[in-house]
Amino acid sequence: MDQANPFVSTPRRDIQAGLRDIAPVAVAALPIGLLFGAIAAAKGMSTLEVLLMSSLVFAGGAQFAAIETWISPAPVLTLAFATLLINARHVLMGASLTPKVRMSRVQTLLAYFFLTDEAWALSERRALERPVTGAYWFAMAVVLWANWTLSSTIGAILGSFLGDPERIGADFAFTALFIGLVAGFGRSRVTLVTVAASAIVAALVHYFIGAPWHVASGALAGIAAAYLAAPQETRS
Amino acid sequence: MSLDTTTLIAILAMAAVTYLTRIAGLFVADRLVLTGRAKAAFDAIPPAVLVAVIAPTALTTGWAEAIAAAITAVAAFRLPLLGTVAVGVIAVVVLRNLI
Repeated sequence: MDQANPFVSTPRRDIQAGLRDIAPVAVAALPIGLLFGAIAAAKGMSTLEVLLMSSLVFAGGAQFAAIETWISPAPVLTLAFATLLINARHVLMGASLTPKVRMSRVQTLLAYFFLTDEAWALSERRALERPVTGAYWFAMAVVLWANWTLSSTIGAILGSFLGDPERIGADFAFTALFIGLVAGFGRSRVTLVTVAASAIVAALVHYFIGAPWHVASGALAGIAAAYLAAPQETRS
Repeated sequence: MSLDTTTLIAILAMAAVTYLTRIAGLFVADRLVLTGRAKAAFDAIPPAVLVAVIAPTALTTGWAEAIAAAITAVAAFRLPLLGTVAVGVIAVVVLRNLI
């Protein structure tokens, strides 16, 4: 559709482009949302709590990490700290994207509530050709947000009928999911050193001291290992 | 549907922290230029955190989980995300019945 006159940007065209770009991402995220809801329900969260978490936090990695270490009553500070560590990457993403978006400051403050790895990556790609408008951004963002909130809520409703998650291996699903996500960061030497240091320290701390200390200590060990393993000069 | 007060506070805390990370880039866009080791350390945060979360389940629960985690890691470099999850879940169910 854009081919007729690719340099004229209208809100209608931008919305269409946003929907077209986000569609495959939304389809891929649907079962992940169902999975999150089902596991959260198995861990004892109510459907309303799952709905609130997905709609307000809207960050899959942090939510899966929270559910993995979920105990009742919820350890608020530990969850907040783990969320901060996992989502710190947003700072770099926002810093990189900000000069490329064509929105007012207030619009951007609202728009960045919907900042995700996927929306960021698609916007960076689009920014190679033209500025990222509010119409493009919000078309993507609202679809992805509604998709995540609805699929995890439905997962929570269905999950309470599944029964014991161990019987069908569902308790291992997020371990497998995280392994898949980690693989997405590549096989560079620095990444492998990071993963090894984090895994060993987290496993030892969990074994000898216990949850939830393994998350912060393993993460810090991995980050320190990356710092030491990286070459001193700029290489990016 | 129930809503536990502590759970609600935890959700709101997670939401607030996440929103702050999302908008922080807006204010440091001109200043944040990481290079060398500092950039490597920052880039390492997501995999380091993800691995730390799952390490106890993957490494110290039992042989079935450890072997399934290794199989999943091999699959992760060859399959899309959902395929990886499927391989991991099937592997752990089979191994738990064998071991």
